[in-house]
Amino acid sequence: MREITADIAVVGGGPAGMSAALRACGLGAKTVLIERDAALGGILNQCVHDGFGLLRFKKQMSGSQYAQQFADAVYESSASVMTETTVLKLIPGECGSKAQSRQGLYTTGEKTGGALIRAGAVILAMGCRERPRQQAGIVGSRPAGVLTAGAVQKYINVEGYLPGRKAVILGSGDIGLIMARRMTLEGIDVAGVYEIMPSPGGLRRNVAQCLDDYDIPLRLSSTVTEVHGKKRVEGVTVADVDAARHPIPGTEVFVPCDLLVLSVGLIPENELSRDAGIEMDPVTGGPVLDNFMMASVPGFFAAGNVSAVFDLVDYVSDTGEAAAEGACRFLGGEALPEYVTVRAGDDVSFVLPGKIRRDLPSSALYMRVKRTIENAVLEILADGKPVYEKKHPIVTPPEMVTARFHESAGSGVPDAGGLTVRILGD
Amino acid sequence: MKKFTCIVCPISCSLAVQAEGGGDITVTGSKCDRGKAYAKDEYLAPKRVITTTVKIDGADIALLPVIGTAPVPKELLRTCLRHLYGIKVTAPVRMGDVIERDILGSGVDIVAARSAVIKKG
Repeated sequence: MREITADIAVVGGGPAGMSAALRACGLGAKTVLIERDAALGGILNQCVHDGFGLLRFKKQMSGSQYAQQFADAVYESSASVMTETTVLKLIPGECGSKAQSRQGLYTTGEKTGGALIRAGAVILAMGCRERPRQQAGIVGSRPAGVLTAGAVQKYINVEGYLPGRKAVILGSGDIGLIMARRMTLEGIDVAGVYEIMPSPGGLRRNVAQCLDDYDIPLRLSSTVTEVHGKKRVEGVTVADVDAARHPIPGTEVFVPCDLLVLSVGLIPENELSRDAGIEMDPVTGGPVLDNFMMASVPGFFAAGNVSAVFDLVDYVSDTGEAAAEGACRFLGGEALPEYVTVRAGDDVSFVLPGKIRRDLPSSALYMRVKRTIENAVLEILADGKPVYEKKHPIVTPPEMVTARFHESAGSGVPDAGGLTVRILGD
Repeated sequence: MKKFTCIVCPISCSLAVQAEGGGDITVTGSKCDRGKAYAKDEYLAPKRVITTTVKIDGADIALLPVIGTAPVPKELLRTCLRHLYGIKVTAPVRMGDVIERDILGSGVDIVAARSAVIKKG
């Protein structure tokens, strides 16, 4: 078998993997980037709509532009890129005694053949995937025409097919909202978006610019209870739900359609990570990480949607850079300082990273809140004492909240008590 | 009175625009001036950025994503999209290449939103 040696191996060539590879090369690491598709860019390649890059580049770009900009930079860098290559297995710490080639990655690909990559550090950047129909509670017969929003996006924007004439969308995640607009502009009649929760799953500006702008109805607290049709979807039954999310008898309505689009959430893709024995966080669905983005197995780092589902690609790119910096520091052999735990306090569902090494001057924290709160205050407590406070006019569950925590801004180094992040209302 | 959800920032203010006599309009519900400007534009002359795909021959991809260099008046959006469906380009294409100059006299160019190389074999 072919053997390849690198300082850093990056698994996945989407926005997280590309920014990780670029930063790793910039720091002088010999880097190999592995991507299963033919082109770099990941899911951005099917995002032809704009709204990307506002934070990083202060301009509106489409997803494909954002991806191409990074892909061009990767191909100009010293990174060695293996496309159409799949990582089959990660082998932590068992590939020889030399620190620089301690981790192993078995890969396969039509062009690259079977290979063993030995690297000092591995950056996981596999992204996430969509929840399938079973997780949306849709059981029964399986007619053609039930697709996830991302699959519809790929058919329309990449392959050039229209997968239906009249669509119903279940779930109001951002991809579903984006596809409601896209399908409408491509001539598919979108009958409506049905959301089981009392508030939209996606960003409010996407509700405004993708639904309201095209008079597409959004029905909250409602769901699809039945899919009709044998070979092809012929319609769905929708019904209102009660506070416990159970359909309310008597509210059922039949909606004719030949396409049911699912936009019911995303799951970090961590089969490789779990198989490698990496500890997972049940709330984020990603590895438990420190602020170097290092996982529980030394030498393994994670970036982007594999670590938690982000709402903005700009943050994904930022975590790629943080992971590359962490990996280079790890390769330098520096002993890593002790960490303290970062806890999700009142109204916070999770904080990424969940651990902070103590000597870092500044660290980005990403979190999601449990409910919409106006005039909110984000507060960080170190050993129970407030050390950071920031006002937010509004926080909502679909929108990630970020904070840059400086130890110097606080009352000293947090001790064993660690940090707690909480949101206070009025 | 017309109502909008502001899309300028994540606060997503609920804006209301009221036309006064003499062509003046007032915006309420906005927390900032950028929101006020957005509401005025949205009321008087709404604009949208064109993003879609066009056919491409001889490339490693089936469709070429494209984007407008600036927003066009909202009422031109669908006409522009229909026009772009009739366009076919040939590989190779570099991101930023102009696909359609001054689309339908709007002053906006449509450019390639990614690169495409010639398909091998």
